[in-house]
Amino acid sequence: MREMRDVAVIGVGHTKFGLHTDKSLVDLFGEAALQAIHDAGVDRKKIEAIYIGQHGGGITDGTTNLGGFMAEELGLRGIPSLRFEGACASSTVAFREAYREIAGGWHDIMLVGGVERLLSAGTSVGTKSLASAVDGIYESNAGLTFPGVFALAARLYAAEYDIPLDELREKMAHVSVKNHKNGALNPLAQWYGKYGDLTIDKVVNSKMVASPLTLMDCCPMTDGATACVLAEGGIAEKLVDKPIYVLGAAEAGAGGIYRQKAEMIRPMTRIKSSKDAFEEAKLTPDDIDIVELHDCFTIAEIIASEAIGFFEFGEGADAVAEGKTKINGKLPINPSGGLIGKGHPVGATGTSQIYLVTKQLRGDMDPMPDELHVHGAEAGMTDTLGGDFSTLSNIILSVRRRGE
Amino acid sequence: MSAGFKYFFNELKRGKLVGYKCNDCGAYTCPPQSVCQECGSENIELTELRNKGTLRSLTTIYIPPTGLEDEAPYTVALVETNDGPWIIGRLDHDPEKSGQDLIGKKVSIGCQELHPVDYYPDKEGRVAPLFKLEET
Ligand SMILES: [Zn+2]
Repeated sequence: MREMRDVAVIGVGHTKFGLHTDKSLVDLFGEAALQAIHDAGVDRKKIEAIYIGQHGGGITDGTTNLGGFMAEELGLRGIPSLRFEGACASSTVAFREAYREIAGGWHDIMLVGGVERLLSAGTSVGTKSLASAVDGIYESNAGLTFPGVFALAARLYAAEYDIPLDELREKMAHVSVKNHKNGALNPLAQWYGKYGDLTIDKVVNSKMVASPLTLMDCCPMTDGATACVLAEGGIAEKLVDKPIYVLGAAEAGAGGIYRQKAEMIRPMTRIKSSKDAFEEAKLTPDDIDIVELHDCFTIAEIIASEAIGFFEFGEGADAVAEGKTKINGKLPINPSGGLIGKGHPVGATGTSQIYLVTKQLRGDMDPMPDELHVHGAEAGMTDTLGGDFSTLSNIILSVRRRGE
Repeated sequence: MSAGFKYFFNELKRGKLVGYKCNDCGAYTCPPQSVCQECGSENIELTELRNKGTLRSLTTIYIPPTGLEDEAPYTVALVETNDGPWIIGRLDHDPEKSGQDLIGKKVSIGCQELHPVDYYPDKEGRVAPLFKLEET
């Protein structure tokens, strides 16, 4: 590997997730971006480039070429400002590219973020926007939706690991109960103050979306934006007291689930991406204290927790049912509420995860309550999945520099 | 260069499931793509696959994307063809009775022509594999 400079997150911003009928994609991103810039205490004019993650603007808002407008919105006319698309992983993809720009010496300070407006688009258009992340020909023709992809995965998981479907559905419901419990305590979450007392029965018996997934197995449609400021290590240390270092940033790509076959429940993209991120960070799954991972559906969290290496294949469902992934468990997964409890504004989700892990590692949870804090966490990880396991990106963050 | 999606669907309408056979590893690629889906070889030739397979997973969609409201509920299935490739299509079965018990069942592979929708590459309509459960 070539010589790389240290890179750190020095500022983070996060709009309330939920319904924003009165704010455009640019309005929302502007709010998160200024928060991140103020949090970093950096002179806005020192930002050298903007990378944003955005997925469905062409369908939901009739707008696609957003990069330049974001620079203009922030008074940064003239700097490179680009939109990255990797479906639900869009802003993690943007983050990784920005990290590499700074690590490679091309830039010193950059703004990264993401934005999406799915809830205000309505269920039908929102579903279409999400469905545009599956194979556009050989999956779209049959009307496969995004919940449909994970419904196929859930049934395959039950069949491959020989678990009665009803038993698996109950274990999956534990993901929803846990994440809603956390999300209900998070003022940034779409479901803040709601569903904190959800039960297994309520999850299993809520409205069927794509059998066997019910509405409560699914993350909601969400509007929102997130952002962070990245800086080279030395600059970061001068600007802030607690830079959060980026130790690993990896990504992998693949085609539709029909090409991945039974491996869709042991997704090669995630296995490779997380392995590469660990290698770059010189860490192992055992070193990770807190994870924000891609629970777009209950089964998705289980599959992810196995593929990253936190649990053996086929044992992730038991792990969540046994409480191992609660805030006080062996490995807290999605203490923020995850996508299920917090909401999933697709393009904004990756840097939302970065925001949350940064907050946890800094030990500065504001505006979130201390109940969501994983005390003493020093290394954290994000996991973001775009499409049907087709774009996968993992970021490892730490209070320490690489090798320290 | 792949034969392309339209060729695949036109052949499907004529009752033929087409793809490529790899001259290097022997694997089948279906639907068509530019290189062998197993080994990546460009040394592949067009062929017809057997229109039989095994149901590996399925889901009944109750909330469809925009444009497909008139089709829901419908069942989407993932089938492992007898020649190896997995394909996605619709299941020709009561969507309310399409459960876990159908996994592992043998199916024949036909096709269904569906109305055109916005945001789809084929402006004339959609063609999807249609899986019928074999009598046992
Ligand atoms: Zn081959």
